[in-house]
Amino acid sequence: MNLTLRIWRQKNANTPGEFVTYEAKDVSPDMSFLEMLDVVNEELMRRGEEPIAFDNDCREGICGMCSLMINGVPHGPLPQTATCQLHMRVYKDGDAITIEPWRAAPFPVIKDLIVDRSAFDRIIQSGGYVSVSTGGAPDGNTLPIPKDDADRAFDAAACIGCGACVAACKNASAVLFTSAKISHLALMPQGKVEQDRRVLKMVAQMDEEGFGACTNIGSCEAACPKGITLDNIARMNRLYLKASVKSGLE
Amino acid sequence: MSIKLNSKIPAGPLDDKWTRYRQEMKLVNPANKRKFDVIVVGTGLAGASAAATFGELGYNVKAFCFQDSPRRAHSIAAQGGINAAKNYRNDGDSVYRLFYDTIKGGDFRSREANVYRLAEVSVHIIDQCVAQGVPFAREYGGLLDNRSFGGAQVSRTFYARGQTGQQLLLGAYQALERQIHLGSVKMYPRTEMLDIVLIDGQAKGIIARDLVTGKIEAHSANAVVLATGGYGNVFFLSTNAKGCNVTATYRAFKKGALFANPCYTQIHPTCIPVSGDHQSKLTLMSESLRNDGRVWVPKKLGDNRHPGQIPDDARDYYLERKYPSYGNLAPRDIASRAAKQVCDEGRGVGPGGRGVYLDFSDAINRFGKHKIEERYGNLFEMYERITGENAYEQPMRIYPAVHYTMGGLWVDYELMSNIPGLFVIGEANFSDHGANRLGASALMQGLADGYFVLPQTIAGYFAGQKNGRYPNDHPEFRKAEEEARSRINKLLSIKGKRTVADFHRELGKLMWDDVGMARTEASLKQALKRIPEIRHEFWENVNVPGSASELNTALEYAGRVADFLEFAQLLAYDALEREESCGGHFREEYQTEDGEALRNDEKFSYVAAWEFKGVDQFPELTKEPLVYEEVRMTQRSYK
Amino acid sequence: MAATARSLRASFSGVLMRLWRSSLGKKYVMAVTGLILFAFVVGHLLGNLLIFAGRTQINEYAQVLKSNLPLLWSARLVLLVSVVLHVVAASQLAHTDRRARRIRYSKFHILDSTLANRTLIVSGLVILGFVIFHLAQFTLLVVDRSYATLVDAAGRHDVHRMMIEGFQNPVVSVFYIISVALLSLHLSHGVASSFQSLGARSKKIEWNLKRVSLIVAIVLFAGFASIPVAVLTGLVK
Repeated sequence: MNLTLRIWRQKNANTPGEFVTYEAKDVSPDMSFLEMLDVVNEELMRRGEEPIAFDNDCREGICGMCSLMINGVPHGPLPQTATCQLHMRVYKDGDAITIEPWRAAPFPVIKDLIVDRSAFDRIIQSGGYVSVSTGGAPDGNTLPIPKDDADRAFDAAACIGCGACVAACKNASAVLFTSAKISHLALMPQGKVEQDRRVLKMVAQMDEEGFGACTNIGSCEAACPKGITLDNIARMNRLYLKASVKSGLE
Repeated sequence: MSIKLNSKIPAGPLDDKWTRYRQEMKLVNPANKRKFDVIVVGTGLAGASAAATFGELGYNVKAFCFQDSPRRAHSIAAQGGINAAKNYRNDGDSVYRLFYDTIKGGDFRSREANVYRLAEVSVHIIDQCVAQGVPFAREYGGLLDNRSFGGAQVSRTFYARGQTGQQLLLGAYQALERQIHLGSVKMYPRTEMLDIVLIDGQAKGIIARDLVTGKIEAHSANAVVLATGGYGNVFFLSTNAKGCNVTATYRAFKKGALFANPCYTQIHPTCIPVSGDHQSKLTLMSESLRNDGRVWVPKKLGDNRHPGQIPDDARDYYLERKYPSYGNLAPRDIASRAAKQVCDEGRGVGPGGRGVYLDFSDAINRFGKHKIEERYGNLFEMYERITGENAYEQPMRIYPAVHYTMGGLWVDYELMSNIPGLFVIGEANFSDHGANRLGASALMQGLADGYFVLPQTIAGYFAGQKNGRYPNDHPEFRKAEEEARSRINKLLSIKGKRTVADFHRELGKLMWDDVGMARTEASLKQALKRIPEIRHEFWENVNVPGSASELNTALEYAGRVADFLEFAQLLAYDALEREESCGGHFREEYQTEDGEALRNDEKFSYVAAWEFKGVDQFPELTKEPLVYEEVRMTQRSYK
Repeated sequence: MAATARSLRASFSGVLMRLWRSSLGKKYVMAVTGLILFAFVVGHLLGNLLIFAGRTQINEYAQVLKSNLPLLWSARLVLLVSVVLHVVAASQLAHTDRRARRIRYSKFHILDSTLANRTLIVSGLVILGFVIFHLAQFTLLVVDRSYATLVDAAGRHDVHRMMIEGFQNPVVSVFYIISVALLSLHLSHGVASSFQSLGARSKKIEWNLKRVSLIVAIVLFAGFASIPVAVLTGLVK
């Protein structure tokens, strides 16, 4: 199939960008979306032009490095599928595809389709961990954890930190990402110990990065390649309220 | 003159070596730890856990990764699980048994002392990860669940659905982010190491390129730790991430570090087959699938019927037929070669005939679709996403792919290379898996090295160090910076006709065909003739657009492929020299009548450590003999 | 570290300030004030529907409402503060939200969104304008000063007459109907949304919550709109 691609090109953070149109010829339905871009890039480089820069690494939907706003939807049209796992069989001959970088002030464009997501790392730095150092941990089975709790913690921990939630949100809010980590740790006894501090600090950092507020719409959930749910946001909202009240009373 | 290797294995009985080592090792005064700078390159399981632990201990750490965040490293893709000799299942597991299985799985080509230590610390890894909040699978009673994995006779594999690597990496990543927050670790994401800097023969820093600004910078330290993973991408198509590369370890090799056993490459039997020339990587599906799936191909050549229409008696369940006691759980290399064999016979299935069926219909009938969905739901989904086929209704198609590389930089018991101050951990070193790695042991080794081994052994190096850190404008740094810069400028100035990927694909195909699952003297010699030709053309005809002073993905890739083009030769040399078949190295000339790997313990029971002597020069081989005090070498039989 | 730990423990007013400054806290303010205003709207509707019961009933009700001054003024104060906080918090959040995405997408699908949540700000602004007019007309009585002089047989302020006169003006009625339609739209998102903001929502109850929100919105619209419709069609005289 042949496709028309409208792709955002931007030399660097300080230069304004623009859309450039490319034709992708003889695209196989078995290609992944990124393989399709590889082919376009090969062609560009054969002509001596610079390839389109986009983030990617594992190409199996788990590292969270790939991104791309594809026709107005993060990671493209398939539910719970990262761009690297999106295959071209969802498109048909003659389709036009607009490809843009994630747009959010805390995710500035570095080049073309690559954005800087280090804000997420700083949110984790502010408290997204259990403060235990190596060594001295008790036997793993000293602490029984109900299977349901462990399963729900896992559901939240499955977040790959790709930023699709921010990209999808009308307000560029990072609450789904932040709440997923808060939930993962709050659902396990290991994480409960410093739960209040964690939620207060992580929310403060999230705000400081300049993300918007939650819309309560659920676009993030719909866009999430790992199926992280709004329940996590509700849980964070509860925990933050509780931690705030406690910190004011005690 | 050949280098004298000292593996520094402590004296004493095997089960006492690590304890005694720790009792006797030198320590660094807590007040002095701040004065020691450690550079950690790579932030996968090994690198992130090491960097975090160094930070906790009070060292000054600089950590580097080429991805945008340490959470992306390819450890994240490990699906199956992590082994630990906990014996929670009361099924007869023990440290000794894990040790023995690892040695045996490695086809008696690894060091006893290292492997024993690995088995010993495995139990602490689980405890540590649980304390960090890693959501391991649990039973209804609330205790940790285990499964049997990759041919093990005991259930010692801990797992977190099909995303164990992800959860363990996030645990290590979070520990690392905590140290970044506390200021003990400075993180350099989107930064790639281009060279290592030696002063007076000791590793004293690295040269790195900021991938965003293109700036080349020297970073000085008291020690350098490489945790940069394996070299599977020398085959172009592998299950590795696109960015995985050999540059860091190969640069260290060129600076004098010995590269050990590069020919040991693991082929994973359960990957999704290639769908066309556009293929950029291969996707592995956890081999836990083989617990419930049955592998088969049609008995008849050219039986092109839909799999559902092929009756049972027209199917060849070849693993069950050839290896009755292990059946579909036969070790990775055996299962892989058996698949290649049936495809070579022309009985392969799917486009191109390079595939075999992995059939779940029996398991679905026995346990119900629900149970299979619970066990492998995410894998079935992934399979459908990639192939467009529903594996609940028709068998999966699988084919082997390069997955893991057991070879790596030579290290001693302290995980230090032959260059003082250069430590190598995780997949980047050669130390623990011998000629083949057991399933669910890669995560174990990465975390063992990073959390528990290196943070202890590095203290001994610091305690004995006289010269500290050098300023990063020392002439050696300047020189290395200049070299890195001129290499980049060279790559940019060629302006040839072919793309970097073109060369990489050509190299990969050559390596897969001639230095892949089954090698012969003739194929290796053929490869050794072709590799330099491809490389020479690369340096004359590659086209790398863009400039050095900006984010330039083509340039990054070109530098990595340039190193693969030299490294491939080293791999082939090693494969040619090792005239036996063992583990992940199969030489067709050396096999039993049944087609099994035939080891030659008398001649090849050693670690082949290679020393760089110049590009296109035959590297010099140093042999570290493998002495087995505890175990008796046996020829493995999986019949 | 000790300093940060201490800063997490704050005085009560410090906590309120922190809540106000945080995006989550401001959403709590939106939710709580929204629910207060929602409760008022429900009560207000129930009272207004007394117009169908007859002149005596609604005038009596109006008099009772206004007879307890402390209660009346506390209620008015709560409502006023709620409106102010709701509006200020909304405008501050909108400001942050706009700053969070300075460069817009050329193509953007707001996944899973509804008309209600895409138009919250517009509906909110119209409702605010309407409330001001509505207060001016029926509470402050400054739109038509003659309303103040309307008295029923019992000597009470003739609210019944005032409503009929007010809604007999088609412009006022149409504006009113549009405004309560937008109010219902606003609430169809807002009620369910406040539960989420306060953490009182989960997948399990989501469907019910959304359905209840929608039903409440429809009922509110029908109730409010029935009054001008009844006046214009002469059902209520």
